Amino acid sequence: MINAVVRGRLQSAMLSVAILVVLLVVWQFAAAPAASVSSAAVALTPEQIEYQKLLGKDPAATPKNAGFPTLGQLGAAIAKNLAHPFYDNGPNDKGIGIQLGHSLLRVGLGFGLAALVAIPLGFLIGMSPLVYRALDPFIQVLKPISPLAWMPIALYTIKDSSISGIFVIFICSVWPMLINTAFGVSNVRREWLAVARTLEVAPLRKAFLVILPAAAPTILTGMRISMGIAWLVIVAAEMLVGGTGIGYFVWNEWNNLALTNVIFAILVIGIVGMALDMAFARAQKAVSYAD
Amino acid sequence: MPTDGGAAAPPRSPFLRVEGLAKVYAGSTEPVFERVNFDLVQGEFVCIVGHSGCGKTTILNVLAGLEQASGGHVFMAGREIGGPSLERGVVFQGHALMPWLTVRGNIAFAVRSKWPAWSSAEVDAQVEKYVELVGLGAAIEKKPQALSGGMKQRVGIARAFAIEPKMLLLDEPFGALDALTRGTIQDELLRICAETHQTVFMITHDVDEAILLADRILLMSNGPRAGVAEIVRNTMSRQRQRATLHHDPQYYRIRNHLVDFLVARSKDLSHGRAPALPPVVEPGIEPLPAAASGGTPPNVVRLKERNV
Repeated sequence: MINAVVRGRLQSAMLSVAILVVLLVVWQFAAAPAASVSSAAVALTPEQIEYQKLLGKDPAATPKNAGFPTLGQLGAAIAKNLAHPFYDNGPNDKGIGIQLGHSLLRVGLGFGLAALVAIPLGFLIGMSPLVYRALDPFIQVLKPISPLAWMPIALYTIKDSSISGIFVIFICSVWPMLINTAFGVSNVRREWLAVARTLEVAPLRKAFLVILPAAAPTILTGMRISMGIAWLVIVAAEMLVGGTGIGYFVWNEWNNLALTNVIFAILVIGIVGMALDMAFARAQKAVSYAD
Repeated sequence: MPTDGGAAAPPRSPFLRVEGLAKVYAGSTEPVFERVNFDLVQGEFVCIVGHSGCGKTTILNVLAGLEQASGGHVFMAGREIGGPSLERGVVFQGHALMPWLTVRGNIAFAVRSKWPAWSSAEVDAQVEKYVELVGLGAAIEKKPQALSGGMKQRVGIARAFAIEPKMLLLDEPFGALDALTRGTIQDELLRICAETHQTVFMITHDVDEAILLADRILLMSNGPRAGVAEIVRNTMSRQRQRATLHHDPQYYRIRNHLVDFLVARSKDLSHGRAPALPPVVEPGIEPLPAAASGGTPPNVVRLKERNV
């Protein structure tokens, strides 16, 4: 029985590795022809070379900038970036660690503020059908707005690009947490509330010792969704506002045409996003209960 | 507590008095039940039996203070019941344990609610005492999900007893349990109630359970406009036991009376045809010789009416 489980896991892990190898091989083959373009350039007439240069395609340029980076180039870029993650050579040249730190700080602040607003408000909405009905139209209209659409208003009113970024994270994180908290709170089992009533439990004690633990798995689900969205949005927001952050790093390296760095940043975004999601999954597991 | 034989009327003044209780649910014109009158004396175990939909649970919820009646009054120890109170412990049908707390946590939650000033040592002592009382000492640190249905219900009972209420309300507590487990817990409940002299009001669907546990059995007619149609005094010895219950000839007379009521008469007494002041009957006692000589079979029920 346990043997079968282990074998199953081993098989799926082997399959994952096989898929990775296939993808890397395909990548290597797809990226390789870029090098042969420059060797073909020998056959071009001087006029043709001149024309190519006018078009911005220098046939004599090194293959590094000419095509999609190969695995070796990517590996070198990763090694270089990871070797000095915290260097700081002025506004446009900072290590990946510093950029990531800025992004995580923004996400943390925006998400934290959103939790501070959404969870108490969600409690209120969940407890009171009156408040729920009164706020529902606002939530329904505000929820589907892309968080980036708020950016101009944020920039105009706040007049600070970094705080605007935090605001955008706040606005996109608030809805899933608000809705899930309200849902979790309004769906606490009647029986548990009846127990609390027969024990004459004071309102605050009831909120913290009965409703909060009962709704915690639903609230945590909302927080997990919010964090996922926040991590998606921070990259786009930082591309817009610039300055610092992993999103800005991607945009800056695109402007530098350093595709290896862009690919490296994409990998980092993916891994950090996965780590954040796993952390919330673990927290979710910690508060969930089986009946 | 009625003595053996139980022919004498309880001498004490009622501890709980229900007067003219009625309930109309929103959107309905006819009350579910009306003119419900009965009393409980201190230390008495009363079961209420009736078909689904006659409003038994509603009556219990009104006694618990969880629901408002549409009419009538309930007094406990001379004071009207207006809301939930720690003086009345409730054992819920679906155990209603909080699954994120251990057995200890669930009971401690109740104990702390009753005595907020207690130190944790005092709370622990109280919790452990009642967990031992229901025989769950070994499972005290377990969460409800790790317990069987019977164990969960025991925790529910321990939680209700641990706050030392003046009265206990049980809403069909053993309905979801298998027959064997039910029997064991019934014995335990009987023992604990005898030890603590607890006043108990309990809903049940199980006629045998009512005969085993109750001093008096309230028979409810069918809804709508149901009512307490009859009060059966259990005249069997208070020392009765589940294992020997069926050897007592009274048992069959009482049982037949209850079943006859549920099968045949409860229907005829719906729509407000139940008497406002239910007669008290003692079907366990053998028919008087005068009547028996008239060729009446021994377990035909003799009604002995008496005003409450």
